[in-house]
Amino acid sequence: MEPMADLEHQAKIKTRKSLAEARAITVRFAGDSGDGMQLAGDQFTDTAAVMGNDFATLPEFPAEIRAPAGTLPGVSSFQIQFSREIIFTPGDFCDVLIAMNPAALKVDLPNVKKGGLVFVNENSFDEAHLKKAGWKANPLTDITLKDYQVIKVPLSSLTANALKDHPLKLSEVERCKNFFALGIVFWLYDRTLDHTIEWIQKKFGKRPEIASANVAVLKAGYNYADITEVLPVQYHIKEAKLEPGTYRKITGYEATAIGFITAAHLAQKTLFYGSYPITPASNILHELARYKNFGIKTFQAEDEIAAVGSAIGASFGGQLGITGTSGPGICLKSEAINLAVMAELPLVVIDAQRGGPSTGMPTKTEQGDLLQVLFGRNGESPIAVVAPKTASDSFRMAIEAVRIAIKYMTPVIFLSEADIMNSAEPWKLPELDSLPKIEAKHPASANGPFLPYRRDPQTLARPWAIPGTPGLEHRIGGLSKADLTGNVSYDGPNNQKMVDYRANKIRGIANDIPEQEVLGPQSGKLIVLGWGGTFGPIYQAIADLKAEGIQVAQAHLNYLNPFPKNLEKILGQFQKVLIPELNSGQLLMLIRSAYPGTNAVGMHKIQCQPFKVEEIKAKIREFI
Amino acid sequence: MAQEAAKKPPHAREDFISGQEVRWCPGCGDYSILATMQRTLAKFDLPREKYVFISGIGCSSRFPYYMNTYGFHSIHGRAPTIATGLRCVNPDLSIWVLTGDGDGLSIGGNHLVHSMRRNINFNILLVNNRIYGLTKGQYSPTSPIGKVTKSTPEGSIDYPINALCIAIASEATFIARTLDSVPTHMGSVLERAMNHKGVSFVEIYQNCNVFNDKAFEPVTGRDMRDDRMVILEHGKPLIFGKNRDKAIRLKGLQPEVVDYKEGMDSKGFLIHNENDPEPNYAYLLTQMEYPSMPVPFGVFRDIKKPTYDEMLNAQVEEAIKKRGKGDLKELIYGSDTWTVK
Repeated sequence: MEPMADLEHQAKIKTRKSLAEARAITVRFAGDSGDGMQLAGDQFTDTAAVMGNDFATLPEFPAEIRAPAGTLPGVSSFQIQFSREIIFTPGDFCDVLIAMNPAALKVDLPNVKKGGLVFVNENSFDEAHLKKAGWKANPLTDITLKDYQVIKVPLSSLTANALKDHPLKLSEVERCKNFFALGIVFWLYDRTLDHTIEWIQKKFGKRPEIASANVAVLKAGYNYADITEVLPVQYHIKEAKLEPGTYRKITGYEATAIGFITAAHLAQKTLFYGSYPITPASNILHELARYKNFGIKTFQAEDEIAAVGSAIGASFGGQLGITGTSGPGICLKSEAINLAVMAELPLVVIDAQRGGPSTGMPTKTEQGDLLQVLFGRNGESPIAVVAPKTASDSFRMAIEAVRIAIKYMTPVIFLSEADIMNSAEPWKLPELDSLPKIEAKHPASANGPFLPYRRDPQTLARPWAIPGTPGLEHRIGGLSKADLTGNVSYDGPNNQKMVDYRANKIRGIANDIPEQEVLGPQSGKLIVLGWGGTFGPIYQAIADLKAEGIQVAQAHLNYLNPFPKNLEKILGQFQKVLIPELNSGQLLMLIRSAYPGTNAVGMHKIQCQPFKVEEIKAKIREFI
Repeated sequence: MAQEAAKKPPHAREDFISGQEVRWCPGCGDYSILATMQRTLAKFDLPREKYVFISGIGCSSRFPYYMNTYGFHSIHGRAPTIATGLRCVNPDLSIWVLTGDGDGLSIGGNHLVHSMRRNINFNILLVNNRIYGLTKGQYSPTSPIGKVTKSTPEGSIDYPINALCIAIASEATFIARTLDSVPTHMGSVLERAMNHKGVSFVEIYQNCNVFNDKAFEPVTGRDMRDDRMVILEHGKPLIFGKNRDKAIRLKGLQPEVVDYKEGMDSKGFLIHNENDPEPNYAYLLTQMEYPSMPVPFGVFRDIKKPTYDEMLNAQVEEAIKKRGKGDLKELIYGSDTWTVK
């Protein structure tokens, strides 16, 4: 075999193979955490983007930084679905699994469709690796894989062969093998290599020998698939018919960070981000720390409490204070969030939810914090909660969080999820100039004594007077406040009045947010109500059923407190409301208590994994 | 920001008195601290709206309500975190954190340590009365071992913590100790703290006449304080005593008290140096405790170091200089886009 065969020869061989059209394909790269699977997945995703497919991704990595090589806990994987149609999920099961070692095969075989393609790195299936992965016998030689099309590729030796004339160390050669695998998959799905080659050359610009080795291996993998007989058919996936516009690939982290940067710009505020490292929220801190030239100030605090305290201090100082964390950090921040409720200062708290309770599953997803962010504070302490439903939706909802916080002088929870943060999808870029400004009002003087708790009659927000402004000197704090003056007050009726003000203030936000939309029929047997990251699988399940002639409605909430004001009316139009959640029924509880006439049933999954489309379809069928 | 104190005060103490009724127990040492603070600020040109007092929870943390400035009475132990965020977005304010031995050294110990090691430009006043007053009399982290309180009927079995040791270990750039009963000394220390750029940490011995009366009396009592306190003055030998007849010198690594007579060569005695970049000497002073040694009061340490807020702002400016002012369009529409028609 000649991995670097000349182009003419390749072309001749290529004509022998057939090219088929495919609608949607799901690929999963799986290997050791040091095998470069996330990198391969990212490159495959970027290429899907530049080729105009719609796509959704799901990276999964272990909580351990480097679990022992070759073991099950050390497996890192990346799944992408790409399609010529509009999709919102990374796919239930994959059409192709690339397994770099026996552990990856063991962990990820259950994620492969029956009859799917399984590529394995044959070189890694030796006795030691099999034992580490807990295989009693070699799955390549027994009946384990009888339901799959298995393609055994000696990836390590082919990579070494492709690089025999390159001046690389042995360990460096071994590290190139992910590009060989990527090359094979690129050929299989008729992908262009250009984007990845460009990326490699940029990334390894300072080490041209590494760059040229990686490019050579990528091409060798591509040519290997093209020339050999292992893959008889090549598939082509056409461009998706996305809405007209300009797009880019975006992850939830990026969309969240860019959303808050944009919001600060719209409000003409300095964005101050106080945060303590915690998975899966740390990437927001990393993202924002890169953008100091936007005037952004990031502060890595000594703990979660200091992080939120510093953000409150920045807001007290008249700027935009934001803190970010995950569930365990929310626990620690709750007293300070309550201080911001009492002091009535704007504050945005990002909660990137992960598996709980306690430390739980730090790198995995869940929707377990909804009741915590709503109610996890002492006393009567209502706050606004918004939730993005996909990675790119985080941009829009970040701006909403800031708008509400500033206009209503209140903490707002931006309730995201690990999978929303980690996933990537195409983002239709907004018209920046059409985004409305966020108006922050700061009194400059007072006629007579300044009253820090004299409320705006419309919003019930108190004035945001900035320290340094002459004549407006005042004191705020956590003790019960007298109406208007904000002086310490132990008067019972006054306390009730202030509690009512704050509750009505949050309730009133319902008049200032978009009405809830319903996709599909506006009345009938069943509506599926969701929030946050379950949007994709619910949408896909309903779309699939529609193709079968089954009509089901979907409503997906971006606003969890307050609810959109037409929500009750919407739900009343349906005989049944199905609420799928990655928890044991938290929105379900809220809906039942807010709208007791609603016939709501829950669907719960607490496995720290997203819903599969098939699971939701099966549940819907129970009611149709 | 802070100006040298002028001879004729630009403000009157009354300018800094808020309308709120002061509600400390009669005879509480906090009254003297409040009055001294108001008198001290009156000596500076800085207008009243430029001051912010931020406190945690405890008796002394009611302080902001009584100052006619901006104020924030926050939650237990967390005042330094709020002051940190405020300082990061506003370089012009004079920010004061009011805390106590429970608020600052127990529940808020972490923030105290970290705000000092970052050298953030604000002033921390730790009012130490060696007791939990607001919760009605439990022992605190500075209560001596054996202290009998409501929560320790058989006596405390907690070894106490020394606030100034924490400040030194955290490399605070200004560290001082003063006391409620000598307002002139307190005023001079507060003035120095105000003028210091970077974090200033001041421990104030304060008497809780209700739950821990006369806790410092053996040291600071009017009749014995000249013999049991040593007042630190930069560049001068450590001399004390009613008749200025005792001095301190080093024996090995330990300080010891020796006799002194006016006019003696001060060679061999400890000469006070606030500006020592090394913390060892200041630490040695913190270990001087009654009854074996006189207790030092005054400025232990005053050194210069870039502040966190200064460096933060410099990084932002540098980023703008290097990469140009952030362009949102570039950030959003930047690279790798594609168009669907």
